[in-house]
Amino acid sequence: MQVTSAIREPLVTGGKTMHDITEDICKRVEEKPSTSWMIAFGFSLVLFVIGAISLAQTWWYGIGVWGLNKTVGWAWDITNFVWWVGIGHAGTLISAILLLFRQKWRTSINRAAEAMTIFAVLCAGTFILMHMGRTWLAHWALPLPNTYGSLWVNFHSPLVWDVFAISTYLTVSLVFWYVGLIPDLATIRDRAKMTILENPYSPTDSHLERSEKRKKRRDIAAFVYGFLAFGWEGGAKVWARYEYVALILAGLSTPLVLSVHTIVSMDFATSVIPGWHTTIFPPYFVAGAIFSGFAMVLTLMLVTRVVYKLEDYITMEHIELMNKIVMLTGSIVGVAYITEFFIAWYSGVENESYAFINRAFGPYWWAYFSMMACNVISPQLFWFRSIRRNLIWTFVLSIVVNIGMWFERFVIIVTSLHRDYIPSSWTYFRPTIYDVGDYVFTFGLFFVCFFLFAKYLPVINMAEVKTVLNSSDEKAKAKALAHLATGGAEPMKASPSYDKGIE
Amino acid sequence: MENNKKYWKGFDELTNDIEFVKKAENEFPDFLPLAEKDENNNTSRRDFLKLMGFGMAAVSLAACEAPVKKAIPYLNKPEDIDPSIPNYYASTYFQDGEYSSILVKTREGRPIKIEGNTLSKVTKGGTSARVQASVLNLYDLARIDSFMESGKKVKMNDLDKKVLAALQSASSTVYILSQTIISPSTKAVIADFAKKYPNTKHISYDAVSAYGILKANEKSFGTYAIPTYDFSKAEIIVSVNADFLGTWLSSIEYGNQYVQGRKINKENKSMSRHYQFESGMSLTGANADYRVAIRPSQEGIIVAMLYNEIVGGANTSAISDKNIAEKVKKAAEDLKAARGKSLLVCSSNDVNVQVLVNAINDNLSNYGNTIDISKPSYLKQGNDEEMTKFVEDLKAGNVGGVIFYGANPVYDYPKGKEIAEALKKVAFTLSFADRLDETAKLCKFVAPDTNYLESWNDAQPYAGQFSLAQPAITPIYPEGTRQAQDSLLKYAGSNTTYYDYLRNFWKNNIFKGQNFEDAWIKALHDGIYEANALVAPQTETKDTTSSDKKVEKKQDEKTQTLVASTSFKGDASAAASAVAATYKADNNKMELAIYQKIGLGSGAMANNPWLQELPDPITKATWDNYVCVSKSLANQLGVATGDMLKVTLGSNTITLPALIQPGQQKNTISIALGYGRSAAGKCADGIGQSAYPMVAFKDGSLMYAAFDVAVAKSEGKIEIALTQTHQTLMGRGHVREAKLTEYTKNPKVIREKYDVLIQTSEGLKKPTEITMWKGHEEAYNKNHWWGLAIDLNACTGCGACVIACQVENNVPVVGKQEVINAREMHWIRIDRYYSTDADLDDKSVSGYQKMEEASENPEVVFLPVMCQHCNNAPCETVCPVVATTHSSEGLNQMTYNRCIGTRYCANNCPFKVRRFNWFNYTNDEKFITVNFMSQSDLGRMVLNPDVTVRSRGVMEKCSLCVQRIQEAKLTAKKEKRKIKDGEVKVACQQACSVGGIIFGDMNDPESEISKVIGVTKNEKKDIVLGEERAYHLLEEINVKSNITYLAKIRNKA
Repeated sequence: MQVTSAIREPLVTGGKTMHDITEDICKRVEEKPSTSWMIAFGFSLVLFVIGAISLAQTWWYGIGVWGLNKTVGWAWDITNFVWWVGIGHAGTLISAILLLFRQKWRTSINRAAEAMTIFAVLCAGTFILMHMGRTWLAHWALPLPNTYGSLWVNFHSPLVWDVFAISTYLTVSLVFWYVGLIPDLATIRDRAKMTILENPYSPTDSHLERSEKRKKRRDIAAFVYGFLAFGWEGGAKVWARYEYVALILAGLSTPLVLSVHTIVSMDFATSVIPGWHTTIFPPYFVAGAIFSGFAMVLTLMLVTRVVYKLEDYITMEHIELMNKIVMLTGSIVGVAYITEFFIAWYSGVENESYAFINRAFGPYWWAYFSMMACNVISPQLFWFRSIRRNLIWTFVLSIVVNIGMWFERFVIIVTSLHRDYIPSSWTYFRPTIYDVGDYVFTFGLFFVCFFLFAKYLPVINMAEVKTVLNSSDEKAKAKALAHLATGGAEPMKASPSYDKGIE
Repeated sequence: MENNKKYWKGFDELTNDIEFVKKAENEFPDFLPLAEKDENNNTSRRDFLKLMGFGMAAVSLAACEAPVKKAIPYLNKPEDIDPSIPNYYASTYFQDGEYSSILVKTREGRPIKIEGNTLSKVTKGGTSARVQASVLNLYDLARIDSFMESGKKVKMNDLDKKVLAALQSASSTVYILSQTIISPSTKAVIADFAKKYPNTKHISYDAVSAYGILKANEKSFGTYAIPTYDFSKAEIIVSVNADFLGTWLSSIEYGNQYVQGRKINKENKSMSRHYQFESGMSLTGANADYRVAIRPSQEGIIVAMLYNEIVGGANTSAISDKNIAEKVKKAAEDLKAARGKSLLVCSSNDVNVQVLVNAINDNLSNYGNTIDISKPSYLKQGNDEEMTKFVEDLKAGNVGGVIFYGANPVYDYPKGKEIAEALKKVAFTLSFADRLDETAKLCKFVAPDTNYLESWNDAQPYAGQFSLAQPAITPIYPEGTRQAQDSLLKYAGSNTTYYDYLRNFWKNNIFKGQNFEDAWIKALHDGIYEANALVAPQTETKDTTSSDKKVEKKQDEKTQTLVASTSFKGDASAAASAVAATYKADNNKMELAIYQKIGLGSGAMANNPWLQELPDPITKATWDNYVCVSKSLANQLGVATGDMLKVTLGSNTITLPALIQPGQQKNTISIALGYGRSAAGKCADGIGQSAYPMVAFKDGSLMYAAFDVAVAKSEGKIEIALTQTHQTLMGRGHVREAKLTEYTKNPKVIREKYDVLIQTSEGLKKPTEITMWKGHEEAYNKNHWWGLAIDLNACTGCGACVIACQVENNVPVVGKQEVINAREMHWIRIDRYYSTDADLDDKSVSGYQKMEEASENPEVVFLPVMCQHCNNAPCETVCPVVATTHSSEGLNQMTYNRCIGTRYCANNCPFKVRRFNWFNYTNDEKFITVNFMSQSDLGRMVLNPDVTVRSRGVMEKCSLCVQRIQEAKLTAKKEKRKIKDGEVKVACQQACSVGGIIFGDMNDPESEISKVIGVTKNEKKDIVLGEERAYHLLEEINVKSNITYLAKIRNKA
């Protein structure tokens, strides 16, 4: 009996069997690095080194090497920080909120998206450290017991809230991601162990035989993945507990999706600076974060999909769904921009209305219009189904959205600061090579981490994808039966029809 | 058994080797255990390696060792020095005609700060930016530490022998060239020297000459001197080109007087009216009620027109420009209506113009009221004609020798190049300069003078007003410097020191008939002495060649004549026709006005980084010289601020960047003196170009204008380091102002015009009345509640406070590039805003754009801004590590050690007064030239030990001189009393010569500040400002600052 949903496209295409999934994903981890991976990784490493040189100079000479001044105390540093934190949000949203909402399509993308979250938060963290005048005292922002008497952090300060928000976020995301990885790590471990079992050393081995076997055996992988898999043995009880943990962690992460960027937005919203002092910031920042996060996931997945030939796992359906979210959040952001303007005018506060007029028509008009074009106008193109389902369009727009979201933060931070209350202090901020260099550093860091992840860990959650596999696919069935014909129980277990009463 | 275990150091010990036993006590053997050399006298390979290893270790250990710094404790404590307790010595500052009686604050024997001497009747405790900054000249790295001969260091005695030989063998006249000397004893020393060497001639000139006034007064009254002006008594002040608040003559004094006539309070609601006719925008013009832009060539004719209006009868043409003519007429009417209570001043160096000015003032019966010629001022004595003759002599080769004392004519005289050329031919040249300046470099001998803080001296700025200067530190280079007077005495063959000479001089001339020791000690303590009898200066060296007794006699005679000759006897009509004859109404030619900047003045102190980085009060530019052009001229030339302009006058060309200056007369340009130094020191050399060669000669006097210059756009563009790039207030009420007439009618008018009210359910309310904060009043009302009041009607914008604050609080200098990057560190800034012609109610995009444009001839307001010490401080709540907190006395405090540098506080500061240490200014070699105050051992001596030097990555800002408050509190505590009002003076307040800044306890109803701002408390015990002019910046955001401003009032119709 074969059932094909009339309205839902299958989440995994290409007639995959369970064994195919294991093979497809594990192959990437097990095989030698491909040339394209080497090139991409090498390029990231170069970025990382260039950025590290810039960062070293920044730390050696002081952040005076940046373009900041007495009036504009934050610019690229905090722009980049907020941008990276924002990007991270998609991962959490996908893994937590979509899990709670039983959105099965999340399974193909959640692993990579979560990894992206962690690396993005790391990058954001480096900007927190970078932007401090005295980074070596960064731990003072933590409420640590100290020998200075009752010297404590200032719980009034949104920056302290930030410290809590970001560190919680990183911890929860990391744990969530890792827990999700365990079954897959166990799979890789088992496969590695199998090579050892299949190639046992015997005292009678000739020299040649021994070296042949040594090549086939994956001892190190078996040890490392075995260690990482925490002794996962795949029993029903373990699985049950695993499901509970995932659900609890999803429950913990869900408020974080909303709270982290809310708190980040409070860095601005609680201030007295016109253009920052805005109550709309929390929801608008969250929407913006999801918006940019999904765009980043799209950018990364579109590339990974092609390079790793994962078209059957990340299908057009996935892309379209993500595009819909991008369109929705983009529109929310657009409405927020317009609301801000309306309120500035409606408030009748001179400084407030000037801040917004200046934002759009002042010296930074170009940044403002870049932001508007990228964030408000470009996602509207996704109303067209053909664009939504077009890889090139999606790829280009995903990048455009991220550029736009960078400009959004830049516009909020810099245009509000550069002309606030007292005209004598009005200045113009210009970035220096070190502003760019330190941004490049985080790109280097991000991609080095991401490519290492893509090579050494399963980019797709095999265990979860197997649960959403269309078990009645004809092609898969045929493949499985053919496998079966080769005999043995092992291939049978890998078949989608396994244990479902098919003859 | 185990306990008796013994370890040998080696077999030596076991065998009790004799050699070993001898050395066993030493911790380290004094021999290296090296084997003897082998029979071929070669070191064995093992030993070679041992030596190598030891050598490597020794070298690397030596490299690790920190340099030994010698700290010598006060084992025998000097009687008058208590560590951490400052000593104050009264002294005198005089440079470029600027005189100030001062107190030098020393800590552990080193001068660290200059304060005004309140006992002085002349400066009344006032100082200027230059006076404040002068303490750094003591520690200037450019000072030479040795006597020099032909550019090589020599010993003092060797140089003396050679100089004596040269003096004795001089065949023709030996000139002593100095700038104005107001020290009577120095003049006597010169006279003694001239007695010894009869072919000596003393010439004095001034880099910025006032010869026109001096000569006109000689013509009008027979007195070659400047009269005493009293701006405080003048109800109408008309100034033609005289920047009397900034750079003209004794501006500290005039500023003080001027503001006395401008201050307004509940009792006295009248103020003087001030007209200013000038070409470029000056500090004085910025303060004027009416400012008229004129061309430099019109200066004379405007005075002549005034003469015609007031006195009448002169045959002169008039200026056709309606605006000018109208204002001249109005000024004349006002002057006439205020006879005896008005004052006309003019900075012209044209004798005829000054005679006319005298005639007008005489006609208005101002002599004896606002001007006193019987009490002449000696601040400028330079004789341009004698100087011209000297230069001719020099060029002709008729000069046997030149001694330069406080003079650097190669740089600061228009014919400097010719002097430099001619000096090569002179057999004997000696300079007393403290550095190898442009002139000293060309001199055969340099006998460096000590700094004024290391020297004894006296001064007589006005007839009868004496002051003393005493060393506040022993000479830093005792072997390499000697006070010029001592040198002269030595060369004159005298064995007395200048100190003894000075005492003798005062004993014989000034303290006649008094108990000398008592009088001397009192004068030395007070720094000043007021003589009942007038003592005239010896302006002519010829007079002083006689003996002391004769001098006295002469002085008595002169005193007689001085008092007698106060009636005007000049020929006004001849002067008027001479003025009229030279005036040509030609509006097409480009004219140049040469002026001085508040910071650098003549350029003598150019190597002072504090002054270089002091934003010019008007342009807000630092570290550069530029051509001020009007907007219309800039458009005509197609230049913007920073584009290079080539200015040509005859054979002289200078290329400087343009700076668009509102208020500049359309067809004129202005260039400042004081730049283009080539040998002042690392800090000043190469900055800008010198305008001295552009100074012209007219009728024998120097003329600081040129009537026909060519201006053209040149290649290139540089960025001018401006601390303020936005010119207008954008229609915001940060500076409250009103006209005198509307204010006297209804004092509430200011509140009505500017107060922001918020609509609530209970009707309109002040923002401060609705708050979600509990308030801190409880804490503040327990003890002190510090506050600062700034009277915008008093503030002239001079910038003395900026430097005073910088000196007091060890504020770093950051250099030109960092100012361009908008990172200057000043804790107090003076915002300067121009008025605009735009409609302030047009809040559209284009409306705002128009508001950014200043008027062609704008009104100017100054707003000094420092940390506002908000009671609801936005900076405090956002600091993650509680590095900035509030004290229970209303101060916003910075804990530098706790700061991690997130800069959130600076972002959230609505006043943008917080300053971040972007770099390691105290150690980064990038800043060594500009910030040597904290990078060199010599420079560091100027730092105030009471104030932490901030490290990189730390936020800083005005602390309301918390160290001073603390000191006063401790003193009061020891004496078991409360602090008295006026006991704590913050640095900016102390430097302010006009009393525009008042600091005090707002809880004390009797304190000056409480009275000035009318402090009353409401039911919550919160402060309410009673005075109608009092307001807080940005009241509408309810930060409740403790700095109160008093609105500006303009006396215009």
